[in-house]
Amino acid sequence: MDIGIEAYLLVSMLLFCIGMGGVIVRRNLLIVYMSLELMLNAANIALVALSRFNGNLNGQVMVFFIITVAAAEVAVGLALIVALYRRHRTAQVNELNSLKL
Amino acid sequence: MHDLLFILFSLLIVVFGALVVAGKNPVNSAMFLVPLMICVGGLFVLLEAYFLAAIQILVYAGAVMVVFLFIIMLLDVETEKHRRVNPFAAVTGIGSSGAILGILCLALSRSDLGAAGKAESALQGETIPLGRLLFTDYVLPFEILSVLLLVAMVGVILLSKKKLQ
Repeated sequence: MDIGIEAYLLVSMLLFCIGMGGVIVRRNLLIVYMSLELMLNAANIALVALSRFNGNLNGQVMVFFIITVAAAEVAVGLALIVALYRRHRTAQVNELNSLKL
Repeated sequence: MHDLLFILFSLLIVVFGALVVAGKNPVNSAMFLVPLMICVGGLFVLLEAYFLAAIQILVYAGAVMVVFLFIIMLLDVETEKHRRVNPFAAVTGIGSSGAILGILCLALSRSDLGAAGKAESALQGETIPLGRLLFTDYVLPFEILSVLLLVAMVGVILLSKKKLQ
């Protein structure tokens, strides 16, 4: 058996759909956030696979940027979650239903 | 060997991904996310992206997951006792992600990857060409990224102040 680009893209697609299902179905804010990380990682796998099989490094530079932005995003997002938790004492999405902080 | 490792890593990725999404307690989910990140790093190694694999494990499995666990412990979110899954959300969520999976599979089966699928990599000594590309063609995005990190740091400090005014 020869592992081609299709197999890597399939794994990436599966991971993306798992993450997306988690974002839609789950209501715990932290788990929703982790599902977002899953989706970002799925995009990274696809980019690295495409970069490798095209003999071109641009995709890997993109993944480098994505990882950096994701790290910044996690810090900001978790700070927002902490601020929300301080106000509302909950981390459930369905209980956060007012526009006012 | 390559095939075997690929199958192992991808199975583990899918299983751990499902466990992250299905976990009752956020701590469990975070704990399953760590080996998932390591498996993604393993896939990067199989794709000969050694530098990115190291970055993936350092940044994700190291820094990001530590921040996640720290916040989970800080919030002290209890396990969902009354775990009533909204049936509407479950049906729409699973339905829409399944539909998107179907669309992606269809696109993959129709696309012509034959030419790119077998290309031998000319990417020997991965890190040096990557660094060169980063500091020549992509130097402007790189600098913008550094500003973004600074802004994120200031924003996080501001957000975590007790009294916002």
